[in-house]
Amino acid sequence: MTGPGVRTGDVLPELRIPVTRTLVVAGAIATRDFQDVHHDPDAARAKGSPDVFLNILTTGGLVGRYLAGHFGPSAVLRSLRVRLGAPAHPGDELVFTGNVTAVRGTEATVEVLGTLRQGRHVTGTAVVEVGGG
Amino acid sequence: MTTEDDLYERLATYEGRPAAVAGEGGDPVNAPMIRHWCEALGHPVPADGTAPAPMLQVWTMRGLSTHPGTAGGGSRAGAYDELLALLDGAGCTAVVATDCEQEYLRPLRPGERITFDAVIESVSPRKTTRLGSGHFVTTRMDVRADGELAGRHRFRILKYAPARAPGERPRRPRPVVNRDNAGYWEGVERHELLIQRCSSCGTLRLPWLPGCNTCGSDAWDTLPACGRGTVFSRVVVHHPPFPAFAPPYAVALVELAEGVRLLGGVVGVPYDKVRIGMPVALEFRHADGEPAVPVFRAEV
Repeated sequence: MTGPGVRTGDVLPELRIPVTRTLVVAGAIATRDFQDVHHDPDAARAKGSPDVFLNILTTGGLVGRYLAGHFGPSAVLRSLRVRLGAPAHPGDELVFTGNVTAVRGTEATVEVLGTLRQGRHVTGTAVVEVGGG
Repeated sequence: MTTEDDLYERLATYEGRPAAVAGEGGDPVNAPMIRHWCEALGHPVPADGTAPAPMLQVWTMRGLSTHPGTAGGGSRAGAYDELLALLDGAGCTAVVATDCEQEYLRPLRPGERITFDAVIESVSPRKTTRLGSGHFVTTRMDVRADGELAGRHRFRILKYAPARAPGERPRRPRPVVNRDNAGYWEGVERHELLIQRCSSCGTLRLPWLPGCNTCGSDAWDTLPACGRGTVFSRVVVHHPPFPAFAPPYAVALVELAEGVRLLGGVVGVPYDKVRIGMPVALEFRHADGEPAVPVFRAEV
């Protein structure tokens, strides 16, 4: 039914992204998020965090990158829901895994998990229109 | 002094009020911002020039400009600022985003002007999280491109009072010591694990109890455990987080060589490699000034 062989149960290959200080700061600025906890370690510590951490817009964008990398340029993202868990700090490694949980017509529902050594950073659910045309 | 209930009552009156009215993006959708975003995130640059869908919220961010009349700065409705100020005043000075739901109705193209309206959908009662205690605030936004609805965006933040001073280490839970188990914890402090033994029928028991479940006798003595055991069952704790422990970690029910079972942490092996039947050896952990606790070292 759906495009080039996307099926319920398909497993996406893992993507490992090192969380560097550069990624945290560049992501925050590229998403126009100037909250100090995303670029100023002292301010982050004063607010109870050990260091700066990824902002939600960057995390959402990285989930989008994981999906775009797998489904390719012809796929269209219809919706994306992300829920944050453990914050991602410089020095962490973010490991994305995902699987297709439903296919309806040309739309695939994909569950994405982004984990750190210390636990779940993000749980995402996306609806992707895959190769309909 | 405002009590917590009074505060929540006031916070709840903001539900349904506008968070942004006729907001305008600081810049129209544009190729440089798209390229910078893709560069920062390692995302492929869409060949057709449209903005990657997860950029939806980016076009509505007001950035560093806070002065009404400056780019993107005049859009936030008074009610939202009032709500945040009320929370600041209650000590909830820190903010963190927790959830985001976006629906993309059509792509955004360079040159399109972004406008948006948002409403405060809900304010939660006070919640305590690992970061601290505070209130979740959920807003819902409609994003338009050249006047046409292009996406919807629901966003949840936690406004909270930070849980502890920076650098302060969270303490581990302490054993509950009472008359019935004091001898057990005294043994643990000496790095000796004492199993209770019924003086009447010889049945072993752990944890300690005032009487024997087999014969009812309240006479007992103790037998030091030899320290060998095997994992009888185990769980991996992911949630809820407890401040002194970093999930995920394994907790095992260990069957000691003597036949009684004891719960404890497993060390010397990754949390996901703890297996039923795995041999373990008893150890005692004496974490910086905290009471000793028995743990099990995997023998692999």
